[in-house]
Amino acid sequence: MSAGTIAVGLSLGLVAGVLAGLFGVGGGILFVPTLVGLGLGQLDAEATSLLAILPTVLAGAWRQQSYGNVRWRDGAVLGLCSIAGVQAGVLIATRLPEDVLRRLFGLLLLGVAAQLTWRAYASKP
Amino acid sequence: MRLLLIGVVAGLFSALFGVGGGIVIVPLLVLAVGYEARLATGTSLAAIGITALAGAMLYGFEGHVEVGHAALVGLPAAAGAVAGASLQQRVPVRSLSFAFAALLAGVSVWLLAG
Repeated sequence: MSAGTIAVGLSLGLVAGVLAGLFGVGGGILFVPTLVGLGLGQLDAEATSLLAILPTVLAGAWRQQSYGNVRWRDGAVLGLCSIAGVQAGVLIATRLPEDVLRRLFGLLLLGVAAQLTWRAYASKP
Repeated sequence: MRLLLIGVVAGLFSALFGVGGGIVIVPLLVLAVGYEARLATGTSLAAIGITALAGAMLYGFEGHVEVGHAALVGLPAAAGAVAGASLQQRVPVRSLSFAFAALLAGVSVWLLAG
């Protein structure tokens, strides 16, 4: 990794984290395009994003726990059941052409943008 | 039973898109299980910890995870997220949401066209 990549990666990571915390969205939708921007392919960016979100998720869970907002038993059931879905998702993603995967992700981002807009309209100013 | 199904769907979504899956879990917990929104968000984080770890391991076995890049982006992001969450009380989140949605839409056009 070049010094430039490191500087850009650190700054974009920080910005992505601030935006994720501010708007209550996961880091993943921001990490994937960030990692693509740093030169990773779509599949590697998605795979790497899953590792990259772990520190943010752990910090968030810790914070929410202190507010009494975490039901650990249900969370564990959800998480353990998700592993079956994860296996299927990995199988599908590794077999799809990367440009198809990238466009599907683009559509997901559009959906999130629409959801955010709707949420902001619906909330009282 | 509902938790089981929500978990499987969230896992599929998470691995396919490289995201945590909160977009799926939180609304489903609220609509299908009757969770209050804040409790749904907190509980989804516990689930996502397991989901993301499983996804990173499975992709890692196939050589798709760049550990250096993950640390480079993920560690400053964790610090940023803590700052962002406390900024929430002090900035006009509602009006900023429109700018953020526009940014996301811009990124999606870049990905769709690229």
